Amino acid sequence: MKEAVAGTLESGDIMVTIGPGEGLQVDLQSSVAAQFGRQIKAVITETLEGLGIKDAHVEAVDKGALDCTIRARVTAAAVRATGKDVWKD
Amino acid sequence: MFVPGNNPGMMADAHIYGPDSIMLDLEDSVTMAEKDAARLLVHNALKTIDYGKTEMVVRINPLNTPYGKKDVEAVVKAGVDVIRMPKTETAEEVRELEAEILKVEQEIGRVGETKIMAAIESALGIVNAYAIATASPRMMGIALGAEDYSANLKTNRTPGGAELLLAREQIVVAARAAGICCFDTVYSNLDDMETFRKEVELIKTLGFDGKSIINPRQIEVVNSVFTPTEKEITKARAVVAAIKEAQAKGSGVIAVNGKMVDRPVVLRAERTIALAVAAGVISEEEAL
Repeated sequence: MKEAVAGTLESGDIMVTIGPGEGLQVDLQSSVAAQFGRQIKAVITETLEGLGIKDAHVEAVDKGALDCTIRARVTAAAVRATGKDVWKD
Repeated sequence: MFVPGNNPGMMADAHIYGPDSIMLDLEDSVTMAEKDAARLLVHNALKTIDYGKTEMVVRINPLNTPYGKKDVEAVVKAGVDVIRMPKTETAEEVRELEAEILKVEQEIGRVGETKIMAAIESALGIVNAYAIATASPRMMGIALGAEDYSANLKTNRTPGGAELLLAREQIVVAARAAGICCFDTVYSNLDDMETFRKEVELIKTLGFDGKSIINPRQIEVVNSVFTPTEKEITKARAVVAAIKEAQAKGSGVIAVNGKMVDRPVVLRAERTIALAVAAGVISEEEAL
């Protein structure tokens, strides 16, 4: 796995950086961390587990993203980091 | 209404403005480096966000690019209503897309649900408009893409749109002959709403079913031009009521307010009422 980024810092988005790590570590910056931090981290972790990734270090900067956006950005960063696409070639 | 496929904020809010249809774009508004991320974003948005009754369309990349087939897989699996195929030039291209859609639909057990809208954006596409419009039972409409078309003609866009006249008429005629819908191109100068309104009035007169837009500010103008006036609705209802009464009596020809009413007049009246119902100015019960 190499380090890869997906997403932007625009409102409604989340910027996700994924790189090598041991276990799943998620560092989150969000203006709504107090209210939704646990939920955002759970979506990130579930998405990675769904992709079969057990070891990764994730940095996420959230700008009020919906869960579907978080899933999309985490998946995009993971695909870029691992080179394994979720669609057929 | 076009919405860039890599902008989650806009994608989440677009339906709040009440467009009839939202077209999430994976093609021209997304850079090559972001095609993968936009595809995932659109897939997840379609699966998750409740867009209500808004028709959901995705403009995919052409199938002859490295992105097109993956776009089809992603949006069909997410249950999109319509795939907009860009730069369509031949019926064969539509059938190729149809085959790709069918492969994915068979995999997920949802065969026949995905419709196709073909954007025609070149002289060759205009020449082949009827063949394109009838290339598949999945075809729900054809649309003009005027920027590429004007460039292909070696001319420029003008406020009056003289350069688009043949293409617009050809698209309306092909769509009507095929029994599908037709949609006009976008107008991209948001600071000139007066010319925009004139263009909407022109394309309504030509026979289009609607117009592609790029900003929520344009919705009201399109709706106001396409919504029948109270006078038009009253007249249409009088025609429809009179023809029903005549049919009940076994008579085919009728007069309303002293004017003879024949079949084309009735068809126009029925369309006026259908538009009024679609625009929400009269209810379905009132239309009966």
